[in-house]
Amino acid sequence: MADSLPLPGTVDLTASVPSRPFVDLMHDWVTTVDHKRLGLMYIAYSLCFLLAAGVEALLIRIQLAIPNNTFVTPEVYNRFFTMHGTTMVFLVGMPILFGFANYLIPLMIGARDMAFPRLNAFGFWMTAFGGILLYYSYIGGDGLYGAGSAPDVGWFAYAPLTARAFSRGHTMDYWALSLIVMGFGTIATAVNIIATALCMRCKGMTLMKMPLLPWLYVVVSFMVLIAVTPLSAAQIMLLIDRYLGGHFFDTQAGGSAVMWMHFFWIFGHPEVYILVLPAFAFANEIIPVFSRKAIFGYPAMVAASVGIGFVSLGVWAHHMFTIGMTPMSNTFFVLSTMLVGIPTGIKIFNWLATIWGGHIRFATPMLFSVAFLFQFLIAGLTGITLAVAPFDWQVHNTYYVVAHFHYVLVGAILFMIFAAFYYWYPKMTGRMMDETLGKWHFWLMLIGFHLTFDFMHIPGILGMPRQIYTYGPDRGWGMWNMIVTVGAFVQAIAVLIFVFNLVRSYFVGKPAGPDPWDAWTLEWSTASPPPVYNFAKLPEVQSRRPLWDLKHPEDPDMNYE
Amino acid sequence: MRARGPVFRVLPPAACAILLIAARETAFALTDPASHVGSMPTNIFSPASTPARESYAATLFVFGIVASIFVVVGGLLAFAVIRYRQKPGEELAEPPQVYGSNQIELAWTVIPVLIVVVLFLVTARVIFGVQDAPHPANALDVTVVGHQFWWEFRYPKQGFVTANELHIPASNPKDPQPTFLTLVSADVDHSFWVPKLGGKTDLIPNHVNQMWLDPSQPGVYLGQCGQFCGAEHAKMLLRVYVDTPKDFAAWVRGQQQPAATPATDGTDPNVAAGKQVFFTNSCVNCHTIAGTPAKGRFGPDLTHLMSRDTIAAGAAENTAANLRQWVKDPDTFKEGCLMPAMKLTDPQLDQITAYLSTLH
Repeated sequence: MADSLPLPGTVDLTASVPSRPFVDLMHDWVTTVDHKRLGLMYIAYSLCFLLAAGVEALLIRIQLAIPNNTFVTPEVYNRFFTMHGTTMVFLVGMPILFGFANYLIPLMIGARDMAFPRLNAFGFWMTAFGGILLYYSYIGGDGLYGAGSAPDVGWFAYAPLTARAFSRGHTMDYWALSLIVMGFGTIATAVNIIATALCMRCKGMTLMKMPLLPWLYVVVSFMVLIAVTPLSAAQIMLLIDRYLGGHFFDTQAGGSAVMWMHFFWIFGHPEVYILVLPAFAFANEIIPVFSRKAIFGYPAMVAASVGIGFVSLGVWAHHMFTIGMTPMSNTFFVLSTMLVGIPTGIKIFNWLATIWGGHIRFATPMLFSVAFLFQFLIAGLTGITLAVAPFDWQVHNTYYVVAHFHYVLVGAILFMIFAAFYYWYPKMTGRMMDETLGKWHFWLMLIGFHLTFDFMHIPGILGMPRQIYTYGPDRGWGMWNMIVTVGAFVQAIAVLIFVFNLVRSYFVGKPAGPDPWDAWTLEWSTASPPPVYNFAKLPEVQSRRPLWDLKHPEDPDMNYE
Repeated sequence: MRARGPVFRVLPPAACAILLIAARETAFALTDPASHVGSMPTNIFSPASTPARESYAATLFVFGIVASIFVVVGGLLAFAVIRYRQKPGEELAEPPQVYGSNQIELAWTVIPVLIVVVLFLVTARVIFGVQDAPHPANALDVTVVGHQFWWEFRYPKQGFVTANELHIPASNPKDPQPTFLTLVSADVDHSFWVPKLGGKTDLIPNHVNQMWLDPSQPGVYLGQCGQFCGAEHAKMLLRVYVDTPKDFAAWVRGQQQPAATPATDGTDPNVAAGKQVFFTNSCVNCHTIAGTPAKGRFGPDLTHLMSRDTIAAGAAENTAANLRQWVKDPDTFKEGCLMPAMKLTDPQLDQITAYLSTLH
């Protein structure tokens, strides 16, 4: 493996910097507009919330482990699952993916920073303050006794349960306000990513020579602009209902509960793709490097991503097959939902073809990526079963659905986030993560994941609705729930190993050098960690894999593109 | 990078073994005929009514298709992952680079399109079949009103109201008599779901929905609210009693009677006293007892309370002890339900229980 690269202008920044007071260092971080620091802050911030929401998940699982359990009261349980869902989507999923985007996109397109560095900082701090506001709800209101004023209506918060008649106190206000604040942060970041990828690419990098990761983030960002705005609008309408005498969703005064569902899911479904496309983006970078082959069918991958983006904006009412839509509307959304399967299938086939004929290296990032391929395949297939509305009438709002979307969110997205950590950590810190701990993390995570989410499908088929705090012993759900709970704890141990590895490797990890994986995209051409200005001299590229061209001057990619 | 302790020779096979056991247990649980009837009263894979059977047929079809896809694609993936591992000596040599192939990519676009077309047509047929089913003249009509955390059943043609336990006649497959439900809500969103009888349909305020059932096998079918509706969503349970036509007619006649009059109903002095307690407390503001001044609509109709097997929307059996405890402190069974504890004295509790026990 090359320890240094022949790319001109690389500067070694390992020379020691004189130490400065702690307050100064903190001040630097708080006032920074550097995309790398903001990216790291996004990631660190989401990891904190990952642990918080993980603890909530464990408490939920303890309560459900046996029938008629009284570990927590119904009110507290309802707060836990609402906060778990809201946190994982808004405070873990989106920020961590935007964190990687912030860190990687300028490096991968050969730029010095994002297009709008101050907007970038604004976006981060809005997201951070929104999260703090949401979690303040635990100690706001009634305080910790009774779990404070934490929201308790489920993460999709169907009207009119959110009206003041049914949600007294300030639970819904914390929820709506924090989501509005975070929404502005998210939109700011999306604008920034689009502008950066479209305008800041280095010389020679046409759109069709841009790596797939920035490409997918462009699609994601357009979806954010289209999907998050209706969510913010709906939150504002909800607050108008609650405090200014509006009747948008107030059914007692002629408002429409169904309208909330449309507003929420026209955000909520694209949101799933907003979360999963970055996972695809990581796979698009990691799988080729560890298979030692170029990505198969780059134009098809771009087209499929854009296709997923478009089609996913027209499938939202498949969350609403049970609300009594006409048969014609139901069939429309059946068809649009099934159509998403086609570009998604193309992606899986292209990854398969990328692996095919390669020399696969099973370092930890690739282990997670291979597990991702299988798990995402299963998640997609259970998604197809759910698109069949008559089956959905049965399993809608059951643990089958919960298992399906956790298969996507954990089995696909979280696994690829872990892969991304192992893959880019050396770039971000200059040190490798420990491979032995990484393998422990991987195998425990794999076992825990399958114990939890494979078995979780079964109580759904046996009639167990989601969002119930307990169930009777007569339904036959007890054993399955116990297995699911055991799996959740195995996953928790795996995540703790991961966090330990993250911290430990920062201090004692093996020095990584600029290009530890023998990779091909521009971020590996600069030092690890990269200097503030990223590249001493802005690079120039001729193909999608500029470092391949440098390493293989006898057979460069540009001859084939 | 290639640290491989002995434990990693154990963990992968262990993971595979656990997965295999998982698959075996799943197949066992869902196909064992014994488990269908007894211990799994809400298994969607043992349908007992036409809409549920239609859903089940569509389910088997789509499961067949996705299982085949999984075997083919998963098999190819597994093969590629095993076959193309880096072998000793390949560390430095790069494999031949392949950038794509229009023919192959066209093939794996067209095949999924064909699968989607077939799956879509089958699904559309079932959707229209269930949702557009005709409403025969002999069908029973029941209006279901969802409340935070109980069910109100109104039989408009028969002229009575009951709660939480829906009685419908068994439908003879040769001369079907389906039951059509009109679903509305008094407060927030709920969802009517009895898995063996059919998929769920939501009860939404300001939005009237319809669904139908035609079970032919008499018996009790369990279900529960399928849309989160507040603190006690978990205990908004649902029981459907499918009666033979004769039993159903008898049950309807019973429900049409006004409430039993305690004076003629025995010699227990507690009964008359209990009636006094009921009518001088705020019980009457929320509950109806037909033929008396109690006309509240906020809680379940109590006219024939004793004809039900459960109280508190299925949260407890309908016994005198449970009834007394429920009036004393509803949170014992259903923490956060909307019935308040009435702060009655022990003698008053005995009396009101005695009175309620006369409402046959």
